[in-house]
Amino acid sequence: MKKNLNTIAYCRIKNHTISVNGKLLYTKDSQLTFPEFAKQVYKEKNIAYPKFFKMDNLSKLGFLASEFIFEAAKLDSDIIKNTGIVLSNRASSLDTDRKHQETINDKNNYYPSPAVFVYTLANIMIGEISIRHQIKGENVFFVAEQFNEILLEQYASSLIQNKKSDLVLCGWVDIDKDKYDAFMYLVAEEGPQKYSKEIIKKIYTED
Amino acid sequence: MDALKKELKESIIEQLNLEDFSVDDIADDDALFGDGLGLDSIDALELIVMLDKDYGIKLTDPNEGKAVFVSVEVLAKYITDNRTK
Amino acid sequence: MKDVFISSNTIVSPLGFNSETNVLEISKAHSGITLHKDISTMPCYAAIIDNKKLDKAFYTLGNPKAYTKLEKMMILSLQDTISQSSFTITDKTALIIATTKGNIDALNNNFKPERAYLPALSEKIKTFFNFKTEPIIISNACVSGILAIATAKRLIQNDYYDNAFVVGGDIVSEFTISGFQSFQAISETPCKPFSKHRTGISIGEAAASVAISNQNKAKEAIQIIGDGSCNDANHISGPSRTGEGLYLSMLSALKEAKIQPEEINYISAHGTATAFNDEMEAIAFNRAKLEHIPLNSLKGYYGHTLGASGLLETIIGMHSLKNNTLYESLGFDELGVSMPLNIIKNTTKKTINTFLKTASGFGGCNTAVIFKKVTH
Repeated sequence: MKKNLNTIAYCRIKNHTISVNGKLLYTKDSQLTFPEFAKQVYKEKNIAYPKFFKMDNLSKLGFLASEFIFEAAKLDSDIIKNTGIVLSNRASSLDTDRKHQETINDKNNYYPSPAVFVYTLANIMIGEISIRHQIKGENVFFVAEQFNEILLEQYASSLIQNKKSDLVLCGWVDIDKDKYDAFMYLVAEEGPQKYSKEIIKKIYTED
Repeated sequence: MDALKKELKESIIEQLNLEDFSVDDIADDDALFGDGLGLDSIDALELIVMLDKDYGIKLTDPNEGKAVFVSVEVLAKYITDNRTK
Repeated sequence: MKDVFISSNTIVSPLGFNSETNVLEISKAHSGITLHKDISTMPCYAAIIDNKKLDKAFYTLGNPKAYTKLEKMMILSLQDTISQSSFTITDKTALIIATTKGNIDALNNNFKPERAYLPALSEKIKTFFNFKTEPIIISNACVSGILAIATAKRLIQNDYYDNAFVVGGDIVSEFTISGFQSFQAISETPCKPFSKHRTGISIGEAAASVAISNQNKAKEAIQIIGDGSCNDANHISGPSRTGEGLYLSMLSALKEAKIQPEEINYISAHGTATAFNDEMEAIAFNRAKLEHIPLNSLKGYYGHTLGASGLLETIIGMHSLKNNTLYESLGFDELGVSMPLNIIKNTTKKTINTFLKTASGFGGCNTAVIFKKVTH
């Protein structure tokens, strides 16, 4: 039997804006690069987490979206710790892969950086979110040509059906060259707000 | 030596993305790891790359790193004694 | 929920281009790891597939120049698995692809850099075999291969698909080697998992594929009875000092399988041969009361094949079950972890009905899956 999911909270970050549950929270100068934008939001939100500045752009993007989600969801840390995390994107970690490649292109200036290389896997972002919230739940990172809410719903539903997770943080977190797009949502079998997966697709498309 | 220490502090802040630190915040004898600057294992590896790239020193034994990355003071002395560029 | 079975399988590795040849080489304690001088700026030990042999084997399937090395490896593997399989591709057949870096060499070779996008890789494979559903790509560090099996199981169990073909693969590239070198994680000798004198990993390349279905028609079918994939929530590259995520993953798999630790007959561990990884695994196996179960790491034969490893090593485990044989943990001499483990020192015959496959990776991820022999 398949479980019907409900969305507890959702967050969208793109085009220098951040909205949570459909409400616009930040609009920043469109001239800002992504790291500048992310730093401004971090400072304004008073997130005291110095590790943020060690993260690559993909992890920063996913980290920020998850901060807003967990803040909006208002759940006990006991409930959060078993959250499944099911994220996806198109470019995997290519944004950072290119940076690592640059460090090895010139044989006379060959200094691959461990701090860059460690982020050449997109699921590191899941690790960062897990460390921040002490989540020891299920993980998977999918790569697809475009946002596939059906696969995320099927996987999240399977995790809940198989009693692996009570809550699942789903989403699309993509960064490629200068373009970034994060859409994250927290689902549970039951939730106070009735946002179905059909609505999720609609929000992603229209937002 | 003082110039080297300042240079090291700048590099550490820059290379290890210590956003909340300035050169004045780091004392010469502050512990780099543990309670001091709170660096971790990836930072240690990054410092090894920095030694190679900026000073031509190749560290291959991780235990050697532990003895060198104690503080800016210790690091500066080690670099002065061993640098090849 | 539906029962799920894993059956036909193919390994494409330096030890051979089908599973039987690979198992035969393992039974003779042959390793695919050799010294290579032309990958990075420093020579290193790695397990690499010979390009000429690969092109020769691929020639009947397509133009070797039109495909990347990884695509050729994956297609060659899948072709064999699909042709052996007891089911055909329908609109309820999933294609699941596991890889960490895909065609990452396209950032620096004759192929267009766009080929480095993983959906470009999946599109090639989908088109080649005429799959009817959107490919599912899993890129979850070094657990990708085994997590792909768990994913297939979960999606089939819950009736989203009837069956799936799962393929995993990664290549040895300067990209990966240079990164692990910067981590000072590459072994100066062929890797020695769980040994006292281990000094790090050897990287390898391989593609491996399996058929997974809700039917157990195939005579070699093995049931997938439990899985778990939990995060350490501790560090993005350093293994947990308590083995937390791996321990929780094994607990989750055992609970679902409804079996006790002592009912496991064999463990195919991750065993990368880094100091911290092997120590972490030893702690987790002890916490799960699995320290007496015969265990090996297959990294001594293949090196660490990254996204392929969990899948490749599962296939060897399936053959261990079929042949009732425990294969030697190649490269092991003296135990070099702080807790007891029952490492397989010599290849021996033993009745095996149930085995556990584990893997752990960067990002703090871990996966454990339990497999059980089917009595027809």
